[in-house]
Amino acid sequence: MFDTKQVLFAGFGGQGILFSGKFLAYKGLISDKQVSWLPSYGPEMRGGTASCSVIISNEPVGSPIVSTPNILIAMNLPSLDKYEPTVEKGGIVIVDSTLIERKVNRDDVTVYYVPATQMASDNGIPTLANMIIMGKLLSVLGEYDEESIMATLGKVISARHKDMLDLNLKALKLGMEA
Amino acid sequence: MTDKVLMKGNEALAEAAIMAGCRHYFGYPITPQTEVAAYLAKRMPKIGGTFLQAESEIAAINMVYGVAAAGLRVLTSSSSPGIALKSEGLSYLAGADLPAVIINVQRGGPGLGGIQPSQSDYFQATKAGGHGDFRMIVLAPNSVQEMADLTVKAFDLADQYRMTAMILADGTMGQMMEPVSLNYGEPKKIEKPWAVTGTKCLRKHNVVNSLFLVPDELEQFNFARYERYKQIEENEVMYEEYMMDDAEICIVAFGIAARVSKNAISEARKQGIKVGMIRPITLWPFPKAPMLKAADKVKEFICVEMSMGQMIEDVELAVRCKKPVTLCNRVGGMIPSPEQVLASIVEASKKGE
Repeated sequence: MFDTKQVLFAGFGGQGILFSGKFLAYKGLISDKQVSWLPSYGPEMRGGTASCSVIISNEPVGSPIVSTPNILIAMNLPSLDKYEPTVEKGGIVIVDSTLIERKVNRDDVTVYYVPATQMASDNGIPTLANMIIMGKLLSVLGEYDEESIMATLGKVISARHKDMLDLNLKALKLGMEA
Repeated sequence: MTDKVLMKGNEALAEAAIMAGCRHYFGYPITPQTEVAAYLAKRMPKIGGTFLQAESEIAAINMVYGVAAAGLRVLTSSSSPGIALKSEGLSYLAGADLPAVIINVQRGGPGLGGIQPSQSDYFQATKAGGHGDFRMIVLAPNSVQEMADLTVKAFDLADQYRMTAMILADGTMGQMMEPVSLNYGEPKKIEKPWAVTGTKCLRKHNVVNSLFLVPDELEQFNFARYERYKQIEENEVMYEEYMMDDAEICIVAFGIAARVSKNAISEARKQGIKVGMIRPITLWPFPKAPMLKAADKVKEFICVEMSMGQMIEDVELAVRCKKPVTLCNRVGGMIPSPEQVLASIVEASKKGE
């Protein structure tokens, strides 16, 4: 869809923003793309906003900083307020509509509203709203294929959390169907 | 799929140190380099190494001195204010001709400053690591792969020339993840007949010391050291030339500033502006020769750095003021955007039209 995916994940600390980014970056790596992952770091991560830049490209990645994303994942209102104006024209915005009540103001981007936090809690996976959104993103991009998803989950979920693998898969599937 | 894994710069660097045969680490936590210590705290005990969180940076660098004197590969890491604390120890290491690897994952300053990325310790690293006449080899990675590769290189150079080698990174390099492949084979073994390892009554004892009260003698040590530095300047300069063949404007940048500059160069090239880059990989020894050569071809140099203008002085010296050198910078933890660098390129291209 985009030659180079410039993805910005934003929300608050604890929502799995960095994990989502790592998942997408690893999926890119497994598909032989050039990738970079850069987190925001610092005191703002403790309860405040957290964000991470992921770039997936066929060319070597120059700057790892995403300042004009073509894909924005907004998981809380301050993130949408802050980053909505930065999205590239024609870009994609995915909003967690459980936590963000307002609509996106831009009319030059494609917006998907996913009540991910509600869906996660309804399905007994309250910590996996991030992966529901990821499922939606993969389906929008036409990149939802179980083989590479399984391979990626194997990379990003550590051995002692192997029980989380099926739950992540469930979340991705919910998002894909949303 | 490749054999590459995604790692943070700080972690890749730490693993590379182990692969280079380093089994001793001393440090004190500070953002944004803490992952180096965290990673080694996990790994070192499993491979019979030492991980020690010292009571301060000063204690840590003096522990480094001890291990280096015993002839073993040793590492410490910190970020800007912590490196300042180590500077007495850096000078003692130099005065005793001891090899060690020092990591500085820079943050904004001066003072406690902030915790976001910066390059404002350039002077400190290349010119003023501590008191007295001495140099450190300074390597500036611009990717996670280079964080690892240059760490291995730093250990080899430090041993070969009996001096400290510093990795001058920044918060971005430390925190970002990129695919990295760590294959280095057996660590290079460099004989250290000077090390204090116990004589077993078989040889005269070695002395490792930086105190020489006879001026003649101290002068000779300084002369000998600078002879070694001369060899390093001749043999160990590393840099990358990027799109310089037909360049009329030359960017000079290292680390994250060079990554941002690459984006700006691609954009400028689309607009038909002939711009390239010389990226120093060794900041000391500084790649003077390629810059002087470029000075005959290009009409302007643009120094892109995250300081108030530190490396620019070395660029001006290297090109012997043959061509103007302008500064494009952000400081305090801010990173120049590709748009800002592009604007500097466009401005330079319009001069003399």
